[in-house]
Amino acid sequence: MSLYILPKERLPEFVRALQGNYRVVGPVKTEHGFAFDDISDPQQLQLDYTTTILPPKKYFLPQREVLFSYHTEQGDNGRQRIEMRPVYQGVEPTVIFGVHTCDMNGIMLYDKVFSEGFRDEHYMERREQIYVIGIECLHPCDEASFCKDMGTLTAPPVYDLHMTDAGDFYFVDTGTEKGERLLLDHVYVKMAEKEDIQKLGQILSSKWPRFRMRLKMSRDQTPALLTLGYQAKLWQELGERCLACGSCTNVCPTCFCFDVIDENDITLQNGERVRVWDSCQLYEFALVAGGHNFRESKASRVRHRLMRKGKYIKQVHGLIGCTGCGRCERACLVHITVPGTLNALHEEMQLEPGV
Amino acid sequence: MLHLHENLKTTTTPLRYDGHTSVFLPAVATIEDVKTETALEKIYTVRLPGGQNLGHVPGQFVMVSVPGVGEAPISVMSSPSRTGETFKLCIRKAGDLTGVIHLLQPGDQIGIRGPFGRGFPVDTFRGKDILVAAGGLGLAPARSLIDEVLDHRSQFGRLIILYGAKNPSEILFRDAIAEWEERDDVEFLMTVDRPDPTWFGHVGVITTLFPHVEVNPYKTVAVTVGPPVMYRFVTMELLGKGLTPEQIWLSFERRMKCGIGKCGHCQVNHRYSCQEGPSWTYAEALAFEEAL
Repeated sequence: MSLYILPKERLPEFVRALQGNYRVVGPVKTEHGFAFDDISDPQQLQLDYTTTILPPKKYFLPQREVLFSYHTEQGDNGRQRIEMRPVYQGVEPTVIFGVHTCDMNGIMLYDKVFSEGFRDEHYMERREQIYVIGIECLHPCDEASFCKDMGTLTAPPVYDLHMTDAGDFYFVDTGTEKGERLLLDHVYVKMAEKEDIQKLGQILSSKWPRFRMRLKMSRDQTPALLTLGYQAKLWQELGERCLACGSCTNVCPTCFCFDVIDENDITLQNGERVRVWDSCQLYEFALVAGGHNFRESKASRVRHRLMRKGKYIKQVHGLIGCTGCGRCERACLVHITVPGTLNALHEEMQLEPGV
Repeated sequence: MLHLHENLKTTTTPLRYDGHTSVFLPAVATIEDVKTETALEKIYTVRLPGGQNLGHVPGQFVMVSVPGVGEAPISVMSSPSRTGETFKLCIRKAGDLTGVIHLLQPGDQIGIRGPFGRGFPVDTFRGKDILVAAGGLGLAPARSLIDEVLDHRSQFGRLIILYGAKNPSEILFRDAIAEWEERDDVEFLMTVDRPDPTWFGHVGVITTLFPHVEVNPYKTVAVTVGPPVMYRFVTMELLGKGLTPEQIWLSFERRMKCGIGKCGHCQVNHRYSCQEGPSWTYAEALAFEEAL
């Protein structure tokens, strides 16, 4: 759409103006690292952050989300009566600042998952109220990143606005009309000129050499690699190492599996049915009544996660299920990594170097 | 790409509420009758609001809720031919939710979502011999097909029912079984793993019944419903009878939390059993490693 210029010293003013109408969240510094959080003072906003502990998925699919409330009571006939009312949680207009391109790819996948097939209104109602303001990644977050391998180093079409740091100003690209409206009435926001656009081109093309590749194969080869390596010895090895703690799936921007549970109040008559993040790495995930567990071993669960990331999600939704953000690698206590696993599989299968 | 959601069809959801719809909100249904079947199983007759027809096909399931306790997938026991304003569920007491369901009485309300999933393609079964192999509680989902066949008897060939129960006290649907044994147009064979002094019938696992039936592989479809351990062995027997993997239907039990192909629990490799299943042909199942 259109390209604008926002002077850096005006950013706090821009954020404050948005706060008048929206909940504004973005990366802030915490004692454990960067995290997406509510911005009260624009100075908190850290647009040159590296990576956040959790991806912004927590705004799209909250850790705990009420689906409906219920009330049960004894009716006139002495039998149990039920009343249920749907709840749509967290649908206030929210602007998320500073979303990295990897995380935007995660959001793109979520949008497909929750809109395709059965439309999940709880997600979609909230989604419509969220404004994504991306930030172009000009430097790798750290050693764990492998976004270049996964092809997530450019912004996918999910942003409303997308910012690129150009020194003393930001380029602001508008992705949607809804995003463009956020820029209206700010006199300091100017349309970019022709020479500005050239400068943006330079910034974008010069960033690529700074990012390294970690995979021995191309992203497009991971589904085939995982097919070939389904019976690999590697999974046993990883299964022995894995602690089945579920950290990897919690921090993953493409993990969307959830559990559904009922939470009662003290009367046991009223409560809420909620969905909470779940993890395929936990023992109970595929356990059915009667005690049969379809993924009893940790090896089978580790394999399932990698299969989803590199193959299954693509088979179902057409997008690869890993953004290369590196969060699972940072969170893993026993250093099980996606690039490490795929490369080891590549080696065990004695495949040629990737193309 | 989206073979996943080809045959989306559900009658009870989504319900509209204040201009919103929620695929998670159950319809408020009423239990009309409870019949104790065995020490573990009860049969519930359930009525949707306004006596709305469930609109299911054999082999589909519904999500049953008791607010405050939880929700679980339960196969529909009634055939569409015997579903009017009510339908039946046969529920085994196996956990917290089903434990509470077993305390419910006629008049109590429960939540129902669905029906979900792909059932058995009965239309393609017409004109063919039907072989049903059911183990344990698998006879409940199998009945949705058996009764459909019985109610349109002339449209199908032979009806062969093989049923295996753990022990005589767990035998389900004794009335129906008596009828099947009586009828000339039903071939019914039953076995128990562990006999007791009351038992004079066949003893052994369900596969021991196969030598006693003749099957014409040229025009037979087999439907297998039972515990996971049963499938591998029953499938081998059916292949041994000359059936091809395309002629063998299986129903996959999986943990399910949403019923709409999102929560991830029921995934068999990349496929969601709640949507693309729970009924699969053995040929389809062969294509994924986690199936059997």
